[in-house]
Amino acid sequence: MSKKSNQNNLLSILTAVVMLIATYMIFFSLPIMRDESGEILDNSFNIFYFHLPIAITSYLAFFVVFVASILYLKKGTHNWDVLARSSAEVGSIFALLVLVTGSIWAKATWGWYWIWEPRLTTSLALFLVYLAYLLMRQAIEEPEKRARLSAVFGIIGFASVPLSFLSIRMWRTHHPLMFGSQGSGGGGLEGTSLQLTLLVNLIAFFLLFATILSYKVQNEKLQEIITEKKQALP
Amino acid sequence: MENIISIKGLSKAFGNLHVLKNIGFDVKKGDFITIFGPNGAGKTTLMKIMSTLVEPSGGSITIDGFNIKDDPLEIRKRIGSISHETYLYSELTAWENLRFFGRMYNMDKSRLNARVDELLEQVGLGYRSNDRVGTFSRGMKQRLSIARALIHKPPILFLDEPYTGLDQHAASTFEHVLRGLDAQDTTKIMISHNIDRSLKLCNRVLILDKGTIVFNKLRTDVGSVEDFKATYESFVHE
Amino acid sequence: MIRSLHIAAKDLKAEFRTKQMLNSMVIFSLLVIVIFSVSFGDLLGNSKIVTQLAPGVLWISFTFAGMLGLSRSFAGELENGCLEGLKLCPVDRSAIYNGKTISNAVIMFLVEIITVPLFAVMFNYSINGLAGLAIVIILGTIGFISVGTLLSALTVNTRTRELLLPILLLPIIIPVIIPAVLATGKMLANGDISDISGELRLLAVYDIIFFIIAQLVFEYAIGD
Repeated sequence: MSKKSNQNNLLSILTAVVMLIATYMIFFSLPIMRDESGEILDNSFNIFYFHLPIAITSYLAFFVVFVASILYLKKGTHNWDVLARSSAEVGSIFALLVLVTGSIWAKATWGWYWIWEPRLTTSLALFLVYLAYLLMRQAIEEPEKRARLSAVFGIIGFASVPLSFLSIRMWRTHHPLMFGSQGSGGGGLEGTSLQLTLLVNLIAFFLLFATILSYKVQNEKLQEIITEKKQALP
Repeated sequence: MENIISIKGLSKAFGNLHVLKNIGFDVKKGDFITIFGPNGAGKTTLMKIMSTLVEPSGGSITIDGFNIKDDPLEIRKRIGSISHETYLYSELTAWENLRFFGRMYNMDKSRLNARVDELLEQVGLGYRSNDRVGTFSRGMKQRLSIARALIHKPPILFLDEPYTGLDQHAASTFEHVLRGLDAQDTTKIMISHNIDRSLKLCNRVLILDKGTIVFNKLRTDVGSVEDFKATYESFVHE
Repeated sequence: MIRSLHIAAKDLKAEFRTKQMLNSMVIFSLLVIVIFSVSFGDLLGNSKIVTQLAPGVLWISFTFAGMLGLSRSFAGELENGCLEGLKLCPVDRSAIYNGKTISNAVIMFLVEIITVPLFAVMFNYSINGLAGLAIVIILGTIGFISVGTLLSALTVNTRTRELLLPILLLPIIIPVIIPAVLATGKMLANGDISDISGELRLLAVYDIIFFIIAQLVFEYAIGD
């Protein structure tokens, strides 16, 4: 256990350092953004450097749920279930943050908190699938059944997300876009310092995810030991 | 006589809960084995593993030469199951129920129809064959469930607490029907906690407690029902 | 395969004898349409707004009525332990899934056949592209039912199955509802089948992907 917590400590220190560098780069090292007409854009675009990495991490987290679910069904090893549920819980928070940062950005740019932009809407769908997954876990008491049934749902849910994206994109292109063609995408993200900032932020959020996940898994295991010890008491 | 069922080192755990620990016993062709045990001893889990519904965590079971993990379909073809649940569809008639399950065992049409009629007569339900099962009494449903379990003439029969919900009369009729069908020398395994009724049927007695077999003897070696009850008490502290 | 058909036939025979599920699904589906058309009130006079709203109403009524049926699909098998009896038969688990999917889809189609004319009356439609609409409804229903049947099996052994099923099902069927609603809208606006090829393709892809996934994971969904 102590070796494991040493690893966790190292990982969290590394995450903190990279996170600091990433945040510094966003606020202090980026050149001022100008649009086509040469006017200076306000700083609201900076949230993009949080938004995109968080979004990618939330998908990564669900991919971890997917893989862990398959492995649980194949191998039946309890640890895969611990990983799946830990990743789902951490991932759902990231998915929520995607919606929050997306909304803040939308408000600053267009004056609305919510836009039905395909990628943002897909994140909403992802978040709803996560919620359903976690609700399902709460609804089942028997540990073995809970692990098995939620693994099945983890697989179904993961498969539905890319299809959701395709259908939402189809839907949006059939409606007039209220805000012109400007999406949340990285159009115009040229220049190495911008790309570098994005990359460092991406790494920072991956590390953050890995750290939280690792602590979460450890917590879950400790909790199980406690439950077991409690049951052993008369 | 050869062993038709052979169980070795069988274990089952749900998470950290060890339901079955190192179970091992053999069943010879034509045996009637009854497994007694208190609630929570693991009887139902053992039955479910033997009937391929639940996978064991460790150990092996061979039934009629087939391994339970490799050939579950072959094993299912060879077993019939009678339980306290009747496995019957209330909206369908007695005849439709038997025919449906016959079809599930891939029996061909003409042979199946004859078999269904024959079984309905044998369990004394021929006169109600076109009535919906929902209108049947508990005892009639249980008799029909015997017919259902025997539709494909299985060499092995599993009985899981078949007395649950039956009154004295229905239980006696049930035993009578079961005996009447016994011409084909089926091997039977029953789990029960009704010592009074079940002991007289079997030729070997097992006691399962806290996931292990604590007792395994021939019926002729356990004495009277009263003797066995005393033995049971000494092994199982409920 | 033949045994899937036997299972489906068994389900349909039992269902047509009582018509319990079919009746409630039809009535529910009609109620949804009536409630919507009442709540839209005067808007129904404005054909432009109706064309935008009506396809959504139709699919909401299908989805809710379908959910009603799906929640009973495997729950009905629990009576007398029938599901276990079925699992004891020497059939592949996927045959049980396929049989159930077929019977659920047939019942759903019947509900839809009754709902669509009433929908046309309530929302003042004269339906022209019937063939196109039929394809959309068939593909959408297959996708909805194949995921729904799988999730119905998944939730049947949980305490709160009636609550859990809609919560699990709705986020997963977003990719069915969106193209189905879009394509229905186009067909109702006198569109041609060639206008909805993109939607149909997406629906078909969804149907195939989830049908395959269901074959692979169903045994875990109904395991003990």
